[in-house]
Amino acid sequence: MDSVTLHSIWTVLMFITFIGIVAWAWSSKRKKSFDEAAHIPFDEEDEPKTSSKPGE
Amino acid sequence: MQDTYNYTVVRQFSIMTVVWGIVGMLVGVIIAAQLAWPALNFDVPWLTFSRLRPLHTNAVIFAFGGSALFATSYYVVQRTCHVKLFAPALAAFTFWGWTLIIVLAAITLPLGYTTSKEYAELEWPIDILITVVWVSYAIVFFGTLIKRKTPHIYVANWFFGAFIVTVAVLHLGNSAALPVSMTGMKSYSAYAGVQDAMIQWWYGHNAVGFFLTAGFLGMMYYFMPKQANRPVYSYRLSVVHFWALAFTYIWAGPHHLHYTALPDWTQSLGMIMSLILLAPSWGGMINGIMTLSGAWEKLRTDPILKFLVVSISFYGMSTFEGPMMSIKTVNALSHYTDWTIGHVHSGALGWVAMISIGAMYYLIPRLFGKKEMYSVKLIETHFWISTLGVVLYIAAMWISGIMQGLMWRATNADGTLTYSFIESVQAMHPFYVTRTIGGLVFLIGMFLMAYNVWKTITASDAKAVDAVIPAPAH
Repeated sequence: MDSVTLHSIWTVLMFITFIGIVAWAWSSKRKKSFDEAAHIPFDEEDEPKTSSKPGE
Repeated sequence: MQDTYNYTVVRQFSIMTVVWGIVGMLVGVIIAAQLAWPALNFDVPWLTFSRLRPLHTNAVIFAFGGSALFATSYYVVQRTCHVKLFAPALAAFTFWGWTLIIVLAAITLPLGYTTSKEYAELEWPIDILITVVWVSYAIVFFGTLIKRKTPHIYVANWFFGAFIVTVAVLHLGNSAALPVSMTGMKSYSAYAGVQDAMIQWWYGHNAVGFFLTAGFLGMMYYFMPKQANRPVYSYRLSVVHFWALAFTYIWAGPHHLHYTALPDWTQSLGMIMSLILLAPSWGGMINGIMTLSGAWEKLRTDPILKFLVVSISFYGMSTFEGPMMSIKTVNALSHYTDWTIGHVHSGALGWVAMISIGAMYYLIPRLFGKKEMYSVKLIETHFWISTLGVVLYIAAMWISGIMQGLMWRATNADGTLTYSFIESVQAMHPFYVTRTIGGLVFLIGMFLMAYNVWKTITASDAKAVDAVIPAPAH
C-alpha cells in the first residue's frame, strides 16, 4: 500500500473519530458530568477579601 | 498550617507580562515610526528595521504573550485541580529560563544573529534552551493535572495542554538545523527549498493557532466565566470547539504560500481547511460571548468584562478575516501588502493583548491580597484608549493594504504597469503615520496599566498572599 492510500485512510479515520466526539459530546448521558465540570471554577471560595464581584 | 497554592511563579510572570508588553510594543512603535520616517534608524546597524522587527515580534509574542500564558496557565491549573503546582523548583526554573531566553533574544537579534525563519529567528543555542524550558513547563503543567483532586479536567486546561504539546512539536520540527560549528551562532535549516517553506508555515500558522489561539482560549474559558460569575455558556460546545480546532488548524499553513513553488493542490487544500476553520473559531467566540447572556448589564459597569468581551469580538473578526484572506483570489490582492499586517494586529492587539490585559486586571489584585485594582476608573480609561489604538491601527492598514494591492496590479491598455513601486510607497506614507499614532496610543494604555499595577502592589495593605487550597469535598 502506498503512502497516499495510507494517508487517505488515516484522514477518513480522523474524520470518523471527530464525528464520534461530536456524538459523544451531545449525548444526553454526558449532561450531568459536563454540568459538574462547568462548575469547577466556582467550586471553591474566591481568594480572601475578594468575595464581592463588580456589578453585584 | 493550611496548604496554599503556589502563587510565587504566577506573580513573577504576571508582573513581567506588563513589563514585556511595554518593551515589545515600544519597539513596535519605533519600527512603525521608521517605516514612516526612515531616517529614524540613524544609520546604526543595530537599530535597522530588519533587526528590530524580529525583536518586536519575539518580544510581543513570546515575552508578553508567553508570560501571560505561563502566569494564567499556572494559576488556572492549580485552582481548577485544587492542588499546588507539581515540581515547584522546576516551575521557578521555567520563569528564570524563559526570562533568560528573552534577554538573549534582545541581545542576539539586534546583533544580526537570525535563522531568518519568521517567528523562529533565534539561533540554535537559544533553541536548545527553549526546548529545555518548554519540557520543564510540560512536566509542571501535566504533573499538576495528574495529581488533581477534582474528578474532571476543566476545559481551560485542555486548551493550555494542547498549546504546550503542540508548541513543543512545532518548535522541534521547524528549528531542526545543522550548526556550522559548535562555537558559532550560525546554523542551516535541516530542510531545503519549498519543503523548508512548507515546514516554516506549518510552524508559523500553528504558532498562531496554538500559541496565540489555543492558549488564550484557555484564558477565555476561565476568566470569562469567573468575571461574569456564571459558568461557561455550553460545556459540550467547548469540548467540540476544542477537538474541531485541534483537527483543522494543523492543515491551514499552506495559505501563506499561495502562488509559490508549493504544489497547487497543497495550496488549495490549505485554503479549504482555512475556510473550514471558521466554524470552530466562531463556535468558540459564541461560547465566550454567550457566557455573558443574562448578565449583559455587567458590561456597563465592569471594565475588565469590557476587555474580555471586546477581545473575544476581535477574535471573531480576525477569524472571519483570516479564512477570507486565505481564498486564493482574495490572497492575490492581499498577500505581501499591509492588509496582512492589519489582520495580524487585529488578532494580536485586539484579541491576544486585550484578553491578557483583562486577565491581568483580574489576577494581579488577587495575587497581592487586594479586593481590586488601585483604580477601576483607570482600567476603564485604559480600555477606551486601547480600543481607539487598535481601530486606528487596523483601519490604516486595511486602507493602505488594499490600495497597495490595487496599485501593484493596475496595468495600462498596452500591458505596462500603471504605477512604479515607489509611487505605491509614497501613497502609503499617511497610513504609516496613522498606524504609528495608533500603536503609540495603545502603548500609552500600557503605561497606564503599569502605573495602576504599581500602585496596587505597593499599597500599604498589599502583600503577596497565596490562597488556601480547599479541603477535598469529593
